[in-house]
Amino acid sequence: MRPADILSSLFPAGHQVGEAGGLLSGTGRLDPQTVVDIVGITGKTYPGVDEALALAGRILAIAERPDPAPLLFLVDSGSQRMSRRDELMGLSETLAHLAKALWQAERAGHRTIGLLYGGSAAGAFIATALACGSLVALPGAWPEVMDLPSMARVTKLSVEVLTEKAGTTPVFAPGLDNLFATGAIAEIWDPARPLSDQLKALLATPATADGRAELGRERGGRLKAATIAQEVERLALAHG
Amino acid sequence: MTSPTPLPRSWYEESARGRLAHLLDAGSFTEFLGPERRELSPHLALFNLPRQFDDGIIVGAGALAGKPVLVAAQEGRFMGGAIGEVHGAKLTGLLHAARQLKRDVVILFDTGGVRLQEANAGELAISEIIRATLDARAEGVRMVGLLGGRAGCYGGGSLIAGCCSALVISEQGRLSVSGPEVIETNKGVEEFDSRDRALVWRTMGGKHRYLIGGVDLFVGDDVAAFRAGAVAALERPALLDPAALASEQGRLERRLARFGDATDGTEVWARLGLPHPAALPDLDTSAFLTLANTQRESADAAR
Repeated sequence: MRPADILSSLFPAGHQVGEAGGLLSGTGRLDPQTVVDIVGITGKTYPGVDEALALAGRILAIAERPDPAPLLFLVDSGSQRMSRRDELMGLSETLAHLAKALWQAERAGHRTIGLLYGGSAAGAFIATALACGSLVALPGAWPEVMDLPSMARVTKLSVEVLTEKAGTTPVFAPGLDNLFATGAIAEIWDPARPLSDQLKALLATPATADGRAELGRERGGRLKAATIAQEVERLALAHG
Repeated sequence: MTSPTPLPRSWYEESARGRLAHLLDAGSFTEFLGPERRELSPHLALFNLPRQFDDGIIVGAGALAGKPVLVAAQEGRFMGGAIGEVHGAKLTGLLHAARQLKRDVVILFDTGGVRLQEANAGELAISEIIRATLDARAEGVRMVGLLGGRAGCYGGGSLIAGCCSALVISEQGRLSVSGPEVIETNKGVEEFDSRDRALVWRTMGGKHRYLIGGVDLFVGDDVAAFRAGAVAALERPALLDPAALASEQGRLERRLARFGDATDGTEVWARLGLPHPAALPDLDTSAFLTLANTQRESADAAR
């Protein structure tokens, strides 16, 4: 789905969203009582220091407002911008700051909902979609840690071999279903139904602590993570 | 008789276990889920790759100058310290305990980022580690990162470092999201020549990170110096709250306004007012600190 169609389906009562430099900003009306703040990264934009700081600034301003308006983060990005300047300026600090801003908004009572409708990868994925309190996706979304050709260079295996392995072991392969199985994505929404209903249903469920490891175990995509984390936590607490 | 000064023990050259043994108070370390438990990566066998009994990270409890801490040390010699499912979950579990115990954490970073053979699990583990870090910091837990390992601190590892309350780095420490080879592969050798070691240090090395306020303490490549740095970092402000985040937003905006059009580290250092910026990489630790501390940007509590 394109952003315009997504916004129409999410906010039949109206929305005002502007786009500048690959970033989205605005508000939508879910129902007469509920206004939703909207931010986004669109058009496969690769966020660098400038984009990350602009997004974080807007999100922190929302976090400071006393109302409980939910925050929707639309994501169709590349990976982080790979450049000498971005690293010179401290991209790691800036992307971490963006993740902190989302965490702060959630903590301050604004539900943060990531909606992955296109691509996202690597550090950009961690600092945007994965840093939201809840992450949902639309069919056709394409999250990846690294594309298979780049992965082939690093692992020194051919793309053919990697493609074959991806069929049996989804834990390393790009794509929505593979990420879903790990527990990274709470729900895949149905584009044939009004997205507004699906957002309302999500907002009606209470915000919870990070349950992604349990979800990964239930779905069979990440069988060890929850057990290992719980065991280390238990041993550390017992040690005191 | 005076006791002999101990010989420097290179942090860079040392293994993760060697670093921990000399970082913490003697005999204070207890490991959780150690190699005897053989919690191996369930994914590496598919790639016919060797596995390690601790999956490349050691987690446990110990003491630093008498103060109890939780610690995690990544082993850069195993898979480049890369973060997979088990590796990541060990750190997440430790951080969950840190929040409940309100116990400070010291992380010895040495990582290339996500372990690609289990990329999805590793990527999500980093997100879980970040959330657990921030939840602990909101309770006042200090999170100190030490950066001077062989593998550097790259990719998702650099984002975890960016969530720490204080960072200690050596000249050999490298902190960046995309590594030199990744930038060169994607953008060409004109954008970044990964074989130009001097360029790597000027762009993402310890001295540059210290000068722009990306880290808080700069130490020599010596385990005892890292220990002193960790002890000092545990005294720094740690509380993550709206005021700290607003300060960080302002700090990073000022950095971009002041240096955003600079094309090289030396240009940034010249704008800081440092004399002979081109000679900074050659200075030894004490000469560098004397000069840097007069002009550097400081993050203070804006982290």
